[in-house]
Amino acid sequence: MVENALIDWSRAQFALTACYHWIFVPLTLGLSVIMAVMESIYVARKDEFWKKAAKFWMKLFAINFAVGIATGIILEFEFGTNWSNYSWFVGDIFGAPLAIEGILAFFMEATFFAVMFFGWNKVSRKFHLASTWLTCIGASVSALWILVANAWMQHPVGMEFNPDTVRNEMTDFWAVALNPVAVSKFFHSVLSGWMTGAVFVIGVSCWYLLRGRETRFAKASIRVASIVGIAGTLGVMFSGDSSAIHVARYQPMKLAAAEGLEDGGERAPFSIVPGVEIPGMLSILATHDIDGYVPGINDILDGYTDSDGNRILSADEKKERGDLALAAFKAYRENRDTDPQAAAQARKVLEENVEYFGYGYIQDKEDLVPSVGMVYWPFRIMVGLGCFLLLLMVAVLWAERKDRIAGLAWLQRVALFSIPLVYIAGQAGWIVAEVGRQPWAIQDLLPVNAAISSLSVGAVRTTFIVFVAVFTLFLAIELRILLKAIRKGPAVDEPEVSDR
Amino acid sequence: MFGYEFLQQYWWFIVSLLGGLLVFLLFVQGGNALIFSAGRSEEEKQLIVNSTGRKWELTFTTLVTFGGAFFASFPLFYSTSFGGAYWLWVLILISFVFQAVSYEFQTRAGNLLGRNTFRVFLVINGFMGPFLIGMAVATFFTGSDFIVDKDAVGDSLSPVISTWGSGWHGLEAFGNIWNICFGLAVFFLALVLGSLYMINNIEEENIVLKLRLRLWMFAFCFLILFVAFLLHIFVSPGFAVDADGTVFMEKSKYLHNFIQMPAVLAVFLAGVILVLYGIVKTLASKRYRRGIWFTGPGTVLAVLGLLLVAGYNGTAYYPSTADLQSSLTIANSCSSRFTLNTMTIVSFIIPFVIAYIAYAWRAMDRKSLTPEELKDTEDKY
Repeated sequence: MVENALIDWSRAQFALTACYHWIFVPLTLGLSVIMAVMESIYVARKDEFWKKAAKFWMKLFAINFAVGIATGIILEFEFGTNWSNYSWFVGDIFGAPLAIEGILAFFMEATFFAVMFFGWNKVSRKFHLASTWLTCIGASVSALWILVANAWMQHPVGMEFNPDTVRNEMTDFWAVALNPVAVSKFFHSVLSGWMTGAVFVIGVSCWYLLRGRETRFAKASIRVASIVGIAGTLGVMFSGDSSAIHVARYQPMKLAAAEGLEDGGERAPFSIVPGVEIPGMLSILATHDIDGYVPGINDILDGYTDSDGNRILSADEKKERGDLALAAFKAYRENRDTDPQAAAQARKVLEENVEYFGYGYIQDKEDLVPSVGMVYWPFRIMVGLGCFLLLLMVAVLWAERKDRIAGLAWLQRVALFSIPLVYIAGQAGWIVAEVGRQPWAIQDLLPVNAAISSLSVGAVRTTFIVFVAVFTLFLAIELRILLKAIRKGPAVDEPEVSDR
Repeated sequence: MFGYEFLQQYWWFIVSLLGGLLVFLLFVQGGNALIFSAGRSEEEKQLIVNSTGRKWELTFTTLVTFGGAFFASFPLFYSTSFGGAYWLWVLILISFVFQAVSYEFQTRAGNLLGRNTFRVFLVINGFMGPFLIGMAVATFFTGSDFIVDKDAVGDSLSPVISTWGSGWHGLEAFGNIWNICFGLAVFFLALVLGSLYMINNIEEENIVLKLRLRLWMFAFCFLILFVAFLLHIFVSPGFAVDADGTVFMEKSKYLHNFIQMPAVLAVFLAGVILVLYGIVKTLASKRYRRGIWFTGPGTVLAVLGLLLVAGYNGTAYYPSTADLQSSLTIANSCSSRFTLNTMTIVSFIIPFVIAYIAYAWRAMDRKSLTPEELKDTEDKY
């Protein structure tokens, strides 16, 4: 029997790796755009100032990039090491995006990163610029494919269960690749990376302004970063809106948990904080209709009728159907070589109930409710900080364009101290997405207790502790190196540099 | 579009080719293992680190893509081996993870642990990476201790299909002398490749001289260990599969495979000849620097041939010593026809990827790395 402690430690280890990975990746995504824009300006204007500016941010990019790669490889291999049953049960669908990610994106990133970093004196200016953009594009393409994989876990499509091979098999690649959840997720995640890069660059630049140094560099960086950041944030908001619709449609329990909505209905209110609500707002966000029906946690457990008039089964009924599916699967496997008629009958029952296959592994219907507090609060933190950061970037851009930024010390301080906020927002977003779908590794198809590897609790606990130590050490070193490099500065404001 | 059997064979070929490329690219690890022995002064150590440092991401990416391609095409291997031989894979990962950050961190101000600590991490990866990967590949021939029971999915309380027999979860591979033998062979091959790569890539007399002196020993150790392993698998029983998928032991199975598949034998022999030619030519002529361009591709071909022998011609490529019928074959562990077909179309992009890597490589390495170049640039590790 699978021990609960093993599930908990395996989840903890994967969450740890994912959270650490998402500290480094968004900065890679955002900084790559900012430095590519700066280098483009350099190539267009042939002004050495922009080259030095781009090179400074590239230096910080490189320090951060390596740790992102290190945490990323562990994440990929953990699907096998800690979620081996998952790897077989859905590997036929899930493996493809990971392989495509490697072939299409990682080689592009790796090859052109080396040219970008070492090639200034070895290749032509245009080849170098192309390499910088290709590094940037490679980073985004790699994000695309891993998010296609993640979106498939949130909303599995384009596959069917094969009881002979005992796994789900892909039947429609484009349904997987163009899964609407994947499209929203891609823009939401990658553009949140632009926000991270922008807030980081603005914050660091404001530190220079507070110190009264590197003024021209800081102002130029603020200009580029705030434009990238504002564009990114607007994209994050639009994709967030379509994400809400998808969550309401495909993962109603996640939405109910994110809203702390016990009992739903039409004209469902949106909770700003407990006790403060906007009437009808949740219906608008989730269905784009003020009269739209949004189910609460109890409705989902007890069964309800959705806006289109479809009756959604209660948790008990789904569990019953899941048990039927598992029993039919067993009967099929037992009879397929000896009694074709019994096997055919079992297969028919399996096919009728396969939609609820995953519910057969659920022991208690209360397990279907994720931790409400772990979803409700991170959602508010993510949205609240996102709105604040948009205002901040608009204010900073306005002040820079009006040539007042250098005199507004309070704004510089706010920008500097906002750097951690963008990271908190990003982490909170992933907590909503991943905790909100518990207990499912794959929505309605495979709960975490059936996705696991058969390992001892001690082994996973040990690797968890090792990874905590290793990742924390890397983070501490990276922060210290970044701080030293920032303190040293880009040194681009020397008199010999053109000031055009 | 393509027949299922063809697709299975094709993907085993692609995975084997990626395996070959990965072993060739382990020249980065081989180079790293020599940071302190071939580089005495700080300038020499810097040259070595910067020479391999411009290529490490290719090795790393190939490792990741090898994993991804294996997952996509043979998911039962990913599931069984990674989830079972847990500690072996975790050790491989940790060694590569430390390598990934060490290049960037080693000379940066504020790196907490100091330059030499990060270089020691590079040396450790230089040994552990090739050695452990070699051990993992050796188990393709020597077998592992696992059981696959797909019916387990029907058990709602205990649905895990792959279980590992040994509580050591992969560390038991150290108990088989032939795994260690092959692991060491891959390590010495990495040293050979690293030496040849740096002889080609670095223009500094002292380093090149030291590498040439050590190349003898590395090549000798590699050859002894490799030939010993080869002879062992040629005379030992191998894991054969009959037409209905039943696995059985066949005496000298891997030797029979070579004999029954002359094309694979030709690939393997061509690889071995190229490996030897690159080494011998470099040792014979003090001015010859292009050995890596023979030994490198030779390695790709030799490893390709070896992995094809492990999987083609009715052979279980990931055998189970606990339950022979649980052994993984190309047919029982692969993805569906639809997925393999889709991935095959994606794989047509690989030549394009190789072309741009080659183009960028040439553009960057037109001139060898010199101490002067490192002195004059800030763009270095």
